[in-house]
Amino acid sequence: MTYSISTDELKKLAREVRKQILLMSYRAQSAHTGGALSCVELLTVLYFRIMHIDPKKPWAQDRDRLVFSKAHDAKALYAVLSERGFFDKKILEGYELDHGLLAGHSIRHSVPGIEISAGSLGHGLPMAAGMALAGKIDNKKWRVFAILSDGECDEGSVWEAALFAGHHKLDNLIVLVDKNGLQGYGKTKDVLNLEPFAAKWRAFGWQTREVNGHAEDGLSKILEKIPFQSGKPSVVIAHTIKGIGGVEKHVDQVSSQYKPPTKEEYIEALRALESL
Amino acid sequence: MRISFIKTLTQLAKKDKNIILMTGDLGFSAFENFQQVCPRQYINAGVAEQNMTGVAAGLATEGKIPWVYSIIPFATMRNFEQIRNDICYQNLNVKIVGIGAGFSYGPYGHTHHGLEDIGIMRTLPNLVILCPGDPFEVVVATKAASKYNGPVYIRLGKAGEPSVYRKKPDFRIGKGIVVQKGTDVTIIATSTLLYRGLEVVRALKGNGMSARLISMHTLKPLDGSLVQRCARETKAIFTLEEHSIIGGLGSAVAEVIAEYGHPILFKRIGVPDRFTKVIGRLEFMHNANNLGINQIVRIILTAVRKL
Repeated sequence: MTYSISTDELKKLAREVRKQILLMSYRAQSAHTGGALSCVELLTVLYFRIMHIDPKKPWAQDRDRLVFSKAHDAKALYAVLSERGFFDKKILEGYELDHGLLAGHSIRHSVPGIEISAGSLGHGLPMAAGMALAGKIDNKKWRVFAILSDGECDEGSVWEAALFAGHHKLDNLIVLVDKNGLQGYGKTKDVLNLEPFAAKWRAFGWQTREVNGHAEDGLSKILEKIPFQSGKPSVVIAHTIKGIGGVEKHVDQVSSQYKPPTKEEYIEALRALESL
Repeated sequence: MRISFIKTLTQLAKKDKNIILMTGDLGFSAFENFQQVCPRQYINAGVAEQNMTGVAAGLATEGKIPWVYSIIPFATMRNFEQIRNDICYQNLNVKIVGIGAGFSYGPYGHTHHGLEDIGIMRTLPNLVILCPGDPFEVVVATKAASKYNGPVYIRLGKAGEPSVYRKKPDFRIGKGIVVQKGTDVTIIATSTLLYRGLEVVRALKGNGMSARLISMHTLKPLDGSLVQRCARETKAIFTLEEHSIIGGLGSAVAEVIAEYGHPILFKRIGVPDRFTKVIGRLEFMHNANNLGINQIVRIILTAVRKL
């Protein structure tokens, strides 16, 4: 398979996106950097290889939709959307700042490409299922992607929606779980164990794939094959590392959820990214 | 009210294929005809109201017009945050229909009583709240909600409510209806106690008092100018509702009166702020909560005597 964009270029893009994430985090002294860093490749692969979208026509009827349910990490989405040409990079400068367009938790239509308002965990998948159902009712070809965090899957509404999507055979719905293994105040396996995770989704009528969430080609290969099974929604469980490519001492640590970089840390993290 | 609602919605749905009725696994001996006539516009989402509400929001982003239906606590409280974030925050064209206002499900116990819904729903920006008071108002409220492009909450009783009107009233969202003219006092009633308001007006007439009856079918946006007019034109205002004394019609009217600054005798008549210790059928529950005709008449006469 040849892609419209090479893996090297994608890797370069991911570096650029991480820089933007760190800059937004540093400038606004914002939290939620670790989870933004862990889902970078999920977003770059979707927006540069998989999703049928046109940044010039961000609301085209036949576009693929993305519901970014782990919206506390929206700065990753903002960075990728601007890289993809949905809006000017200058807008990123207003992230979480007074009069800025970009809220910590993304707001529907605040900038081109933001499909829903989100931020309260467990709300994205029901809405994505509703969109997918509308597509089915109208016999549309477009698909709905939803990115969830693993901690988010503590929410009962996620499983209500999983049951619903399985029952209604929404094979135009694809969930990507950014499974970085950490949540607000601990490791997911210590706080509220989700395992056996893939088996849970299968039991709810989904087809599952597991993948390294930082490997562009592996992700692409899997996402080209959706739906994995006709008549079933698909879930990609992406194993990721929270805080990857950010401030070193926060990588794979709960602190990556909260601690913005200091000036020195920011400079050091940029240097590390550039030397990759 | 339920039958008037579903008959009206069925007519609307036949003309507009985007209308989708979603139920949280309720509607036995009410929705069967809708299912038959509009099978592709009917979804039983199961006993999963949070998901149902989110799905409705998702459908609405794609141009569908979902009508989400359940018993009031499950239609407004279980899924309150979904209504707040998914529907109202995004200002989506979703209608939420709660059945079982007040003590419609009296014998079932407090879990099924609809007593705090207006209070919580009134805090949500973008939301229109309709509380029709008889089967005729249900028909026109349902049509008005359908025509309105945005989130609407419709609060229904259950079954067998008597008619207040002889024909469909002139119904406009946000405009209260003067059901009975009167010059001494005003009774502003809503939802399932509108007919009780009519009974009270008649009883007061026997006591030589001319009472005006207002149907405040829209709780949001509230018809503040009508409240102000009643404050100017009559000596006292009483609100009447089958809802907690906190947060509902009484509170909404009190807010208007307090800020208006025109001195007026005002009293809220509603359900006391407590979890019910008794259960029983509607009339029993009304009496247990001082909402019987004679009880209300006594409250009004006692209050007015102080003037």
